Amino acid sequence: MSADPTTSALALNVLIAVLGGAIRVGTPFLMVSLGECITEKAGRINLGLEGVLVFSAMAGFGGAYLSGSPWVGVLAAGLSGALLALLHGIVCSLPRVNDIATGIALMLLGTGLAFYLGKPLIQPQAPQIPAIALGEWSNSAQVRAALQINALFPIGVLIALVCAWAFRSTRFGLVLRMAGDSSDAARALGYSVNGIRIAATTLGGFIAGLGGASLSLHYPGSWNEGLSSGQGLIAVALVIFARWSPLRCLGAALLFGGAGALGPALQSVGISQGYYLFNAVPYVLTLLILVWTCSPRRSLKGAPLELGVSR
Amino acid sequence: MKLSPRSIDAIESVGLPLAALAGALLLFGVFVWFGGKSPVDAWALLFKGAFGDWFSWQNSLQRAAPLMLTALCVAIPARAGLIVIGGEGALVLGGLACAGLPYLFAPPANAFGTALLLLAAAAAGAAWIALVGVLRQWRGVNETISSLLLAYTAIALFKHIVEGPMRDPASLNKPSTRTLAEGLRIGGMFDSDVHWGLLFGLVACVALGVWLFFTTQGFATRIVGGNARAARLVGLPSTRIIVVACAIGGACAGLAGGIEVAAVHTNANASLVAGLGYAGILVAFVARQNPWLVVPVAVLFGGFGAAGSLLQRRLDVPDASVLVLQGFAFLLILASDALRGRLFAPTAQSVPSAPAVVVEPPAPAPASAPIALPTRSGDTIAGHPNLAGGLTPKEAT
Repeated sequence: MSADPTTSALALNVLIAVLGGAIRVGTPFLMVSLGECITEKAGRINLGLEGVLVFSAMAGFGGAYLSGSPWVGVLAAGLSGALLALLHGIVCSLPRVNDIATGIALMLLGTGLAFYLGKPLIQPQAPQIPAIALGEWSNSAQVRAALQINALFPIGVLIALVCAWAFRSTRFGLVLRMAGDSSDAARALGYSVNGIRIAATTLGGFIAGLGGASLSLHYPGSWNEGLSSGQGLIAVALVIFARWSPLRCLGAALLFGGAGALGPALQSVGISQGYYLFNAVPYVLTLLILVWTCSPRRSLKGAPLELGVSR
Repeated sequence: MKLSPRSIDAIESVGLPLAALAGALLLFGVFVWFGGKSPVDAWALLFKGAFGDWFSWQNSLQRAAPLMLTALCVAIPARAGLIVIGGEGALVLGGLACAGLPYLFAPPANAFGTALLLLAAAAAGAAWIALVGVLRQWRGVNETISSLLLAYTAIALFKHIVEGPMRDPASLNKPSTRTLAEGLRIGGMFDSDVHWGLLFGLVACVALGVWLFFTTQGFATRIVGGNARAARLVGLPSTRIIVVACAIGGACAGLAGGIEVAAVHTNANASLVAGLGYAGILVAFVARQNPWLVVPVAVLFGGFGAAGSLLQRRLDVPDASVLVLQGFAFLLILASDALRGRLFAPTAQSVPSAPAVVVEPPAPAPASAPIALPTRSGDTIAGHPNLAGGLTPKEAT
């Protein structure tokens, strides 16, 4: 019986660390997946969100550093993300331009611009987004540290709720979904399909940009060239995992974030085996879900019909 | 002067990308100029660093070798109608297989041993991407997404194995596998720094181009990719053709990883995960999924990569300037595709045919009108109609 308390205490520590980490690591996931969700609902895939994420992380850090206010940085991150996504939207509206290839090109351009312009920002410290302390009730320093919630996380939850509501019951949301489900119908009603998609891509870029701000202004909380580990690219998988529902994006982001936090949490209690394998769990899980739910005879449930990848 | 649709197509396929490239260089010049540097210096250094002398050429060609192979991992499946973007996964697994074979048995430390290593690399890559094709044909899982997911899984596996089971205890700062024996490595061609991997890339591009354009199997592959329904109607075994195309592409990417390990890194470590797979996607799209065009495009972009350090040293700009240039170039080249079939069409066809309608009012109007139309649209999409539309919903199966 003597080993039990330590084991359970260890397990509890890991659990708390994973829960806190799920929110900390999951916030950028949440933002990019919401951005990607909006883009895909309108019928386009933006693989360039990786570039958007890195570029906006740099812009957000720069904005916060130069202005002294983290919220100016957040705004700068959102706007720069929107700008880059706008480019994707416009280029993809040209005839015969493939959105997947454009996304990869944008990824290259975004990271290139971020590394180029962000070179002077690697050393300095920028004011950070304040954390919301949810762990004040606890005596344990560990719990309190784990429950320092990124202020952008509740904003992300709010965006997810607003998105879910807007898709269901606003004119804009319905038109956006129509562009994604049947461009012919949208055209017949006199809407510009390309216009809607450009607007959706830009809005998605803005939200993904907030994810970039979360990276550079909260966790890890500095600007360097290895900041993003592919969160922008994997947003596409996340959205499929969430079956194009903003609310399920929230759950998926927390799951992906938690999986990302599991490795370090186990490492902190001395288990260093399989660090990378834990990171890969969400990808394998998504693939298994795809294999499970897909069928050659019908498209994925909930997928926008115009989307090149849903079929 | 009257141009045939074929020659118009040829002019456009060469002219448009070149014009877009010039535009990208111009844009890059403006970008550098905003940073207070001379754009002319930047252009000169770019050329010097990429193709200025033999040393730069060697550097460029060395960088082009893996790009050719990873581009084939996109181009060959694309000809069968699949957009595979997970070449990075096949590349790292290829590198792992190449570095891992000596753990199983000791291959002879000569060219035969190297061939075994590369074979293992190609097999690993082929299996990985073939899985993408199998999943798509068997379960209808979208190949773009599954290949991306598999790439991330492969990278995680790679890091796990390199830092865990296969780690060389002697590699302290940078976890790596055991270094390949001297005799197993790939050296330079003809006393140069350019390793034999370039030859593999060239041969693969040329041979797969021949396979695609001059063999029955290649023709069948292009039918499956061009029109899935037609392929079904004539009874082509679509599943087999698609899986084979994926396996060929994956083998190329795996080979790229094996060559990178055997010629450059000498062991498998995290430096292998350098985005070569993603760069290959763009090379393939710029080359319009044509294996032969992959060669010059890969050399060009290898050259840009090679010029980076010279730009950094001499002009004092961040080394990411090359990434910016590549981003501009790819974006503009992709966008320039929108102009295809439009440069010559209005002047070459519709103007001369217009008076014909006016002059002969008694002639039945429908007979003369259609003449102007089909010549305009026939030449537009070379090679890959299924991919060209991007988002046009592929017919429901």
